[in-house]
Amino acid sequence: MTERIVIVGGGTGGSVLANDLADRLEPELDAGDVEVTLINDGPDHVYKPVWLYVPFGQREPADGRRALDELVDDAVELRIDRVTDIDTESQRLTLHGNASTVGYDHLVLATGSTLEPDQIPGLAEGGHDYYSESGATALRDELLEFTEGDLVLSVIGTPHMCPAAPLEFVFMADDWLRERGLREDVAITYTYPIQRVHGNSHIAEWARPIMEERDINVETFFNAKSVDPDAETITSMEGTELDYDLLVTIPPHGGIDLIEEAGLGDDGWVDVDKHTLEAEAAENVYALGDTADTGVPNAGSVAHYQAGVVGQRLASEIRDRPATATYDGKTLCFIETGMDAASFVEFDYENPPSPAPPSEKLHWSKLAYNESYWLTARGLL
Amino acid sequence: MTDIEPDATVDARGAACPGPLMDLIGKIRGAESGDVIRLLSDTDQSLTDVPEWTEEAGNELLAVEEGDDHNAFYVEKA
Repeated sequence: MTERIVIVGGGTGGSVLANDLADRLEPELDAGDVEVTLINDGPDHVYKPVWLYVPFGQREPADGRRALDELVDDAVELRIDRVTDIDTESQRLTLHGNASTVGYDHLVLATGSTLEPDQIPGLAEGGHDYYSESGATALRDELLEFTEGDLVLSVIGTPHMCPAAPLEFVFMADDWLRERGLREDVAITYTYPIQRVHGNSHIAEWARPIMEERDINVETFFNAKSVDPDAETITSMEGTELDYDLLVTIPPHGGIDLIEEAGLGDDGWVDVDKHTLEAEAAENVYALGDTADTGVPNAGSVAHYQAGVVGQRLASEIRDRPATATYDGKTLCFIETGMDAASFVEFDYENPPSPAPPSEKLHWSKLAYNESYWLTARGLL
Repeated sequence: MTDIEPDATVDARGAACPGPLMDLIGKIRGAESGDVIRLLSDTDQSLTDVPEWTEEAGNELLAVEEGDDHNAFYVEKA
């Protein structure tokens, strides 16, 4: 009897896991005792961290795209199709393209985040973002023409992908505009939903003095309620109104509807045991990356580490051994502090982050990792 | 114990700071004026976060029930 492992989602978590299993379960795959299937709704793997650099003209969206069939081991069956139903009782998925179904013995959900700008009236018309390919290129076109006025960066949705990226954007914009002699003509304002500039208090305490030093205005307790694209204003639930000439936001995020419809969790995030990553509401279901509601950042490093844990646990289960691997909350992020300097943080459930002093070396480490990321996606790094 | 009947409950127990406050803000965002949201949180930080935000946003913190392993906050949307 062949055991079927099905992974839904070909982002960082899904791709790393597929390649991890191809390596870890090679004997079982060769013998036909195990099948690993990766289902993705498009043919490409997308590495989203590239988008931060697109508005500044330093990267192209194509730099963050590779064909999944080039990245994923041949031992993995790759299906380009959209899952339209998850039935955890009968352990079966329905696919859209050919209206077929796929049964599973072990399911891993790695479906990631989607942007939901329509939650905020006026946002889609008035705001720009760098959390999508189209958003990043449209923002690039605006930013290249932007020479004076109010640049507002508003963090609207949390949790959102890459919690460091809003800070990175304003630090980079500040430096980029200074280098071009435009900073005195541009006011930069950063807004955040709670009483500090980042969800993690240690990172917030580190970032706030840098923002003051760089003359970046801060509005805390700012939860965007609406955007008026004609008047060029953004208004918060707390009653603050800001004028903007260029509005950049982190739009509201959500998971995919299928997860809530399957009863696995709210807002598209799967309720999981934060150590084993097993779904709480169904048997034989794991979630990883943004999809797993663990409380840690929605970051590629998290998906990467979690994929290793799920790979080990699945291999143990396939071999009828107790699954002992657990996720300890490990998160690793580089944080750009300008166009040629970056910091670095590493933390887990027990140990808080302590941002490293910004340096050029860390900036180049970040860029070097972004290039070598493709080895991570292949399961090699 | 309060006899306030909430219109909705946000169970943020187990979520690390600032998860509970963000969860509350998210629920208030979609609520109607006058709705009462009950937030369950086992993070002590919520005891300062939640009153600070409700005051800032003009909503009313009707009551806080402090329990042994978690607290319950009742917030009325303005």
